[in-house]
Amino acid sequence: MSQWTHEPAHEIAKAVRNGVATARQVAEQHLSLIAALSDGLCAFTDITANRALAKADAIDAAYAQGQKLPPLAGAPFAVKNLFNVSGLVTRAGAKINRDYAPASADATLVARMEAAGAVLLGALNMGEYAYDFTGRNAHDGHARNPHDTERMTGGSSGGSGGAAAAGLAAITLGSDTNGSIRVPASLCGLFGLKPSYGGLSRAGTFPFIASLDHVGPLARSVKDLALAYDAMRGADPLDPVCTNGTAEPVTPSLEGGLTGLRIKRAGGYFTRMGDTQAFAAVDTIARALGAEASIELPEAHRARAAAFIITMIEGSSLHRDRIRERPQDFDPEVRDRLIAGAMLPGDWYVKAQKFRRWYQAKVIELFQETDLILAPATPTSAPLVDQKTFVLDGQTLPVRPNLGIFTQPISFIGLPVVAVPVWPAQGMPIGVQIIAAPGKEALALRAAHWLECQGIVRAKVAH
Amino acid sequence: MNDATSLDVKAYAETMAEALSLPLTPEYAPQVEANIALAFRLVQLVLDFPLHDEAEPAPVFTAKVMRI
Repeated sequence: MSQWTHEPAHEIAKAVRNGVATARQVAEQHLSLIAALSDGLCAFTDITANRALAKADAIDAAYAQGQKLPPLAGAPFAVKNLFNVSGLVTRAGAKINRDYAPASADATLVARMEAAGAVLLGALNMGEYAYDFTGRNAHDGHARNPHDTERMTGGSSGGSGGAAAAGLAAITLGSDTNGSIRVPASLCGLFGLKPSYGGLSRAGTFPFIASLDHVGPLARSVKDLALAYDAMRGADPLDPVCTNGTAEPVTPSLEGGLTGLRIKRAGGYFTRMGDTQAFAAVDTIARALGAEASIELPEAHRARAAAFIITMIEGSSLHRDRIRERPQDFDPEVRDRLIAGAMLPGDWYVKAQKFRRWYQAKVIELFQETDLILAPATPTSAPLVDQKTFVLDGQTLPVRPNLGIFTQPISFIGLPVVAVPVWPAQGMPIGVQIIAAPGKEALALRAAHWLECQGIVRAKVAH
Repeated sequence: MNDATSLDVKAYAETMAEALSLPLTPEYAPQVEANIALAFRLVQLVLDFPLHDEAEPAPVFTAKVMRI
């Protein structure tokens, strides 16, 4: 019997559609691996085994009846535990939320993935309230990187990174406010898609920073990202920023190659404050894609600062009552940032939002002369789980707020990004961001898929 | 006030905690103060950037109700 835990979602779905595998076999293999590995990795917080097997049986019954199966038939997926899953408490990584009532309905994206045939295996560990780049969590344990369990997964979608890299799920969903899909994708050697702001519905997810929150998939194959995106795209009246009902599907153009694509690498800010591996990875991708010229994202350092301020103030506003009433129940690493954020002047927030519009206009202009921009995803590969500081450009800096220095200036204005994993001859992987203009996910995915087909980027199961 | 180098972060945190009924125990204070100091350093990059009075904030409100 094939080891379906090592296969990407599109191969699993193909096998189920062709009768080579049953959805139940696939689900049972994944549930067995979860039972064996998840606790050690602190990956899953809730396992929906009965639901998964019932869904798998329904797919197998549909096959037996000769019905046409949907594109992700039998493909196992799992979601960061800020997605509502009917019957489960939406933890959002927090102890406090465990006192809330279980969700009465699924998040929009959970429902759309299931409608496309995917099989939900459970909910995944995350940094508390998504205010995190490390995958550490004081309540559910620190997520551990399957490629080296002494190292962090990155966060805040830490379980989403760990589960996909360990073969516990073919596709995982995460959220990305400042980098929380792209950072774990980089540190765990995965592909990650942060879509355009408003590109995928956030309805039924526990929020963090409404101005900046995105949701999207992580996977071990670009085609899986594309299939998941197409399964989930479309307007949703329940998310006021997800209004584009005419977004084009990305799967049909995936094989389009590099023809006609103009690609440049980000200069200035994106060439400092990282280690040699981070920049070597960008060199590798730039060489492969023929991206010889650099392009400057103006005032990117201020964009990062403005994103930081908006995050502190909006996040503190969301959690103000919980901070006042139950400070002892927070993860200390999150609590102290939220208390500080509650003390900051309101005019800072407004100025940051005004700067955001200025910066957006300037960066959008750049897409007159390029289609894609390359930048590092993280300043280093995965730090140790308990590592508090690292040295960037000779400065000793805290890890937690600085893992996202290259992702924050991009999500700040909602640009779509595919993070692609580059492996050194030895050691841990690191990601490169392929950044496109708003609504142009298809272009970034095309380039990522071409790189994957050439063997320049790849993701693998860790064991 | 926005100059991180001259700010008495400890006094600022204590004053704001009292005014806004925020918890600030001796256990929390060092990291809260560190985060305030970081915010004051970073925000200078935003406040120093010249913008016209007519500059619109990024979020756009529409009168059409999407969700109640």
